[in-house]
Amino acid sequence: MRSGVIAQKIGMTRLFTEDGRHVPVTVLKLENCQVVSQRTEDKDGYSAVQLGAGTAKVKNVTKALRGHFAVAKVEPKRKLAEFRVAPDNLIEVGAEITADHFVSGQYVDVSGTSIGKGFAGAMKRHNFGGLRASHGVSISHRSHGSTGQCEFPGKVFKGKKMAGHMGAARVTTQNLEIVRTDPDQGLILIKGAVPGHKGGWVLIRDAVKKAIHPDAPLPAALRASNEDAPAEEAPAEDAVAEEVVAAAEAQAEASDEGKDA
Amino acid sequence: MANIIEQLDAAEMERLAEVKQVPEFGPGDTLRVAVRVKEGNRERLQNFEGVCIARKSAGIASNFTMRKISYGEGVERVFPLYSPLVEEIEVKRRGRVRRAKLYYLRGRTGKSARIAEKKDHKRG
Repeated sequence: MRSGVIAQKIGMTRLFTEDGRHVPVTVLKLENCQVVSQRTEDKDGYSAVQLGAGTAKVKNVTKALRGHFAVAKVEPKRKLAEFRVAPDNLIEVGAEITADHFVSGQYVDVSGTSIGKGFAGAMKRHNFGGLRASHGVSISHRSHGSTGQCEFPGKVFKGKKMAGHMGAARVTTQNLEIVRTDPDQGLILIKGAVPGHKGGWVLIRDAVKKAIHPDAPLPAALRASNEDAPAEEAPAEDAVAEEVVAAAEAQAEASDEGKDA
Repeated sequence: MANIIEQLDAAEMERLAEVKQVPEFGPGDTLRVAVRVKEGNRERLQNFEGVCIARKSAGIASNFTMRKISYGEGVERVFPLYSPLVEEIEVKRRGRVRRAKLYYLRGRTGKSARIAEKKDHKRG
């Protein structure tokens, strides 16, 4: 299992392929997506990487989080998220993941917070049909119909689909295709729509229901040099990062092991 | 942020514009549009000749609507301006119209659906 990334939704547009088909794409941007912390089998009972993305103003970050970022020697992040990974695919703290983490043609799952719809009726929320337009229906054309049976069971079952709050919930869209990536600009173009507003944060993972792409880098595609990293980072970290990249390339070649993991 | 989308669109439009030259045209013009059509595994060009009745300018999503009378039946077709399937656009005749969208042509046939030719066009 490989780490995912945190990205920001930029918006949608279209591309044309050579054979004339048009491809609707969502543009996602990777911004300073760095490893902030690791979870290991020994210490936490599971292995995962905690990633951070974006840049937060220091004054808006709590003291506790500031300490957390200081330990990792990364700039304060706007968004933090954990990704479960196999123990061999753990990434060094401070390493930055780039957009070529995903390869075009690969399938991914994208999670985000859907656009809030407020209090929505049963027709919009659950695709109910509503009542008739005429034949004696009065003021309740968009209502749901009956909600239950008779004296027995004498109650409305739990989970009955009714009007209520809709949207603003975590939604995962599975098996979206990566159309193109641009590591220089940090852009990932995904075919189709992803949940959430423009500017919303989304988590991109390898698709659960598809085999991992053979060209996908393991454990991750990392930025080679640490030029963008904060100044206090020791030069020794550079060597570590390069080592990680070298290891990644070596592992990518021997990808059979990675597939099992 | 919207800037990134604009840049992407601009790059894509530039790439597509290299392949094909789009002439200046507007609603009321009579055009001949060559469209790539795939029949089985053979490709050929199909011409659609008619009046442009609307244009939508929306970057890469720009399109134009054509209308013609085919065997007595009105046919309308919307072409994406930047689609690689639209191989060639040729302006046959410029029309003098006073609207951007000529939807009024839909209710008309024959004499009342005529469009006067634009005489004093700058390009001649």
